[in-house]
Amino acid sequence: MSNTNKLAVNFCGVDFKNPLIPASGAFGYGREFEHFYPLSTLGGISVKGTTGTKRNGNLPPRIAETPSGMLNSVGLQNPGVDHFIKIELPNLKTKDTVIIANIAGSTADEYREIAEKLDKTDVDMIEVNISCPNVKAGGAAFGVTCEGAASITKIVRAATSKPVMMKLSPNVTNIAEIAKAVEAEGADAVSLINTLLGMRIDIKTRRPILHNNVGGLSGPAVFPVAVRMVWQVANAVNIPVCGMGGISRWEDVVEMMMAGAKTIQIGAALFANPMAPVEIIEGLEKYVSDNNLNSLQDIVGTVKPW
Amino acid sequence: MKYTQGKYLILSKKTLAKEIYDLTILCPDVAAAAKPGQFVNVKADGFMLRRPISICSIDKNKGTLRIIFEVRGEGTKAMSQLAEGSMIDIVAPLGGRGFKLEQYETAVIIGGGIGNPPMLAVAEKFGANGTVISGFRNAAAVILQDDFKATGAETILCTDDGSAGRKGFVTDALKEVLETKKPDIIYACGPDVMLRRIIEIAKANGIKCQVSLEERMGCGVGACLVCACRTIRNGDEYYAHVCKDGPVFNAEEVLFDE
Repeated sequence: MSNTNKLAVNFCGVDFKNPLIPASGAFGYGREFEHFYPLSTLGGISVKGTTGTKRNGNLPPRIAETPSGMLNSVGLQNPGVDHFIKIELPNLKTKDTVIIANIAGSTADEYREIAEKLDKTDVDMIEVNISCPNVKAGGAAFGVTCEGAASITKIVRAATSKPVMMKLSPNVTNIAEIAKAVEAEGADAVSLINTLLGMRIDIKTRRPILHNNVGGLSGPAVFPVAVRMVWQVANAVNIPVCGMGGISRWEDVVEMMMAGAKTIQIGAALFANPMAPVEIIEGLEKYVSDNNLNSLQDIVGTVKPW
Repeated sequence: MKYTQGKYLILSKKTLAKEIYDLTILCPDVAAAAKPGQFVNVKADGFMLRRPISICSIDKNKGTLRIIFEVRGEGTKAMSQLAEGSMIDIVAPLGGRGFKLEQYETAVIIGGGIGNPPMLAVAEKFGANGTVISGFRNAAAVILQDDFKATGAETILCTDDGSAGRKGFVTDALKEVLETKKPDIIYACGPDVMLRRIIEIAKANGIKCQVSLEERMGCGVGACLVCACRTIRNGDEYYAHVCKDGPVFNAEEVLFDE
């Protein structure tokens, strides 16, 4: 058995060749990264957040660098679910990797409508964004209360038989309670964390750097927060956890898996290092070999708390 | 657009003016694919994001690219520490659309400040059929004048304070040039306020115009969608992305903030 197979994971019924998934919003529909490596290298791809109709997104500037991180306020610019199904999905399905549709809505009806449309396609999983900090309606508003998160989970659950993964917001008092609420409504998995709400100000102009004033913080700066939240959630629910937030090296993946994540997503690190997924997979193969593991999954949740 | 990520040798490093650096990089595969108006995305040691720097000149025979950048903040400061003989980590060549040069014979080529470097690759194509107008704050900021002259182009130097060349803006010089010449096209790179005036002048004179835009970038390849700029596409306002849809746009596509 090759080392590559030792990275394999079955995540809520879907087979991934490895646990590495580029995060929604950081990878488009994959086209731009095929210049660097075949998409079949990846365990899966969580595609750009898709809404019911096309969205133009927020005014620029949409990005601000921060110590060990970045803020973004793209605002879900995307061509809409019909375009995704007609143009992007057929292309992605030829790439020999798991395709996760990431969906977002301004209303409960919009989530339902997108999920119903995707249910009729051959997309492998649906990740539900209830945590985008950059849009005024919906998005984060649903993700910051147990009631909101549960209601969207219920609606999407009823609209599709595909595996449903709820993407949780870290901008809450108790993320484990939100995770339990979505589990109770039939979510197959949770992914976390989305970005942390932040702000930067240009002290010369007294203007926020982002035109949206505030935006989502990602990158290594948020990694310890993400590890903590993944650990809390993995201990609170029985459904599998996909961990993300500031991962840039294979060591981060191992740490996140020890905290309780079965799969992981990588986002901001791709910008400085588009080759990060390839380097991380190589690092994980060596780690599995050096530690004589039968499966990388053997380390999931093995943190030994004091 | 075909691009790659790699570490390449810095063959030479020069200081052109205060805080303005000139690197020649040996990168045959990148140079072979690069076009005027495209850019390279440079890794700045210790920073989250790469810095997009326009390509100044392409030598396909020698397999080299020349890039010129100004220290604007901590990231470009880190880049300025890169030494001759060391390696630079770039993703390049980027930019879905560079300057379209093929169908035009005569051009006015305009650069403002650190917007001058990408115009050299354009001037090199037009030679004596080009007129180069360069604008700077003052004499201390002036760069590339010998390079522009070496292309065979007529060159006009403007400074805001008149400490080198003529006193005034590139737009004043452009209006004078257009009194005697009607070029096939105007190319420009520089501050938004300059580009906006140039587009107005080009339109008033019925001359085609292409401009290179700048915006804060994330991935540089078109995936993250942060470098949005307002454009008109099929009659509707559309937030295009400088890295993949540009950085060069046709004048009639570009919308500026009021």
